[in-house]
Amino acid sequence: MTIRIAAEQLCVDYNGSVALYDASLTLPAGCICGMVGMNGAGKSTLFKALTGFVRPSRGRIRINGLKVAEAQREQAVAYVPQSEGIDCDFPVSVWDVVMMGRYGSMNLLRIPRQSDRLAVRNALERVELLDLRDRPLSALSGGQRKRAFLARAIAQRASVLLLDEPFNGVDVRTEKLMAELFLQLRSQSCSILISTHDLSHVREFCDVVVLINKTVLAYGETSEVFTPENLSQAFGGLPPDVLRGQTP
Amino acid sequence: MVRALMISALVGGVCGLLSCYMTLKGWALMGDAVSHAVLPGVVLAYALGLPFSLGAFVFGVGSVATIGFVKQKSRIKEDTVIGLVFTGFFALGLVLVSKTRSNIDLTQILFGNVLGISAADIQQTWMICFVVVALLLLFRRDLLLFCFDPTHARSIGINTGLLHYLLLSVLSLAAVAGLQTVGIILVVAMLVTPGATAYLLTDRFDRMTWLAIGSSVLSSLLGVYLSYWTDSSTAGCIVLVQTGLFLLAFLLAPRHGILCRPSS
Repeated sequence: MTIRIAAEQLCVDYNGSVALYDASLTLPAGCICGMVGMNGAGKSTLFKALTGFVRPSRGRIRINGLKVAEAQREQAVAYVPQSEGIDCDFPVSVWDVVMMGRYGSMNLLRIPRQSDRLAVRNALERVELLDLRDRPLSALSGGQRKRAFLARAIAQRASVLLLDEPFNGVDVRTEKLMAELFLQLRSQSCSILISTHDLSHVREFCDVVVLINKTVLAYGETSEVFTPENLSQAFGGLPPDVLRGQTP
Repeated sequence: MVRALMISALVGGVCGLLSCYMTLKGWALMGDAVSHAVLPGVVLAYALGLPFSLGAFVFGVGSVATIGFVKQKSRIKEDTVIGLVFTGFFALGLVLVSKTRSNIDLTQILFGNVLGISAADIQQTWMICFVVVALLLLFRRDLLLFCFDPTHARSIGINTGLLHYLLLSVLSLAAVAGLQTVGIILVVAMLVTPGATAYLLTDRFDRMTWLAIGSSVLSSLLGVYLSYWTDSSTAGCIVLVQTGLFLLAFLLAPRHGILCRPSS
């Protein structure tokens, strides 16, 4: 079985303060993994390490068996940002945003070829945004924006998708569409890592789940990991009645 | 007069193009910092008989490197570091001006003197503008992506560190060019205002670029013309016209102007 993401004993610190220690994670091809943890538990840090934004002080990461930088040059990694991390008033159209997914496969001047246009059109169709392709990003709803960024990842044809809180503030239609797309992508042997704090989504379609609080607390099949003990550890010992409604 | 008009229009156009990236990246303060920090470089280059664009470039990039270093190695916030570093550089420049025995005219550097620009300076400005435009055109799409979503740029294997320094180098060069026309103090207006004006008028980047260049060139031409006929500060006139155009856009822009915005 192909291993998409292999992180071994990852440590990341910012100017002396530890953000993540001894975190290990293995994601096989064709797998949807939910990453659950509080704010500041190190979810974003793990994403940053996987996109090469921070260099781990210890440990190693392999994506499709390659170093992060090499995997990125192969267009293997796509990152779908949180809506808050993006300037929504930026003067770009939906088409432009999705085309940015193709930049890595283009020449230096980034002039789109026919194949790039086809990839973008196809991706827009899959997220049902083709009709809105000429709209500026600022004219989209939160859910449509989310779909545009997902289309960018699809157009990139990455095998590893990293999604930062994809279900935050999206409408029901988008949520349903995204869940379907995730399953399609899984059947195309992509691996998807989703950070979320909504536990119900995790149970719905994640094959495995990783609980994070500065390190990997638990990792495995959703039903095994979602124990009250694990969850209270991940959420820093919230009273059990807060968690009860969310545990199986 | 014709020479002054031509060179201001040229510099205006180039700064206008760059200003789109500056406003979108949120680097207005950085533009201010770089333009002030080039002063010691200009003075030293004059004293050593080098082309002053070289000195300015070294100190412009140097100031930014210093800002990055101090920010990374200390707990001080970025805006404080920027304020601290550029005033330090500027102060060094002031002391150097008073200590070097040369015929540097401080007012000319601070406020520009496009009506009295020399032939050598014109040649230098042309070269700088050519380099800036070439780089911006070549890396147009990469820079746009870098401003919009650096994480994505990084994750598809684009060297964002390189783009960061590329944009900063271009900024230093443009600051030097702008220094000729409006001087150190007001060059930041050339690097910010046209972009801001254009940003209010459109949601398309290509159109934004053309609008920024257009408004900037128009301001330069009108500004020089006004200053010639009213015998007032050229830099002041150019920037005033720019500010005027911004105010018009602020009030009357079709979708984003405050008088035309559908009440929500």
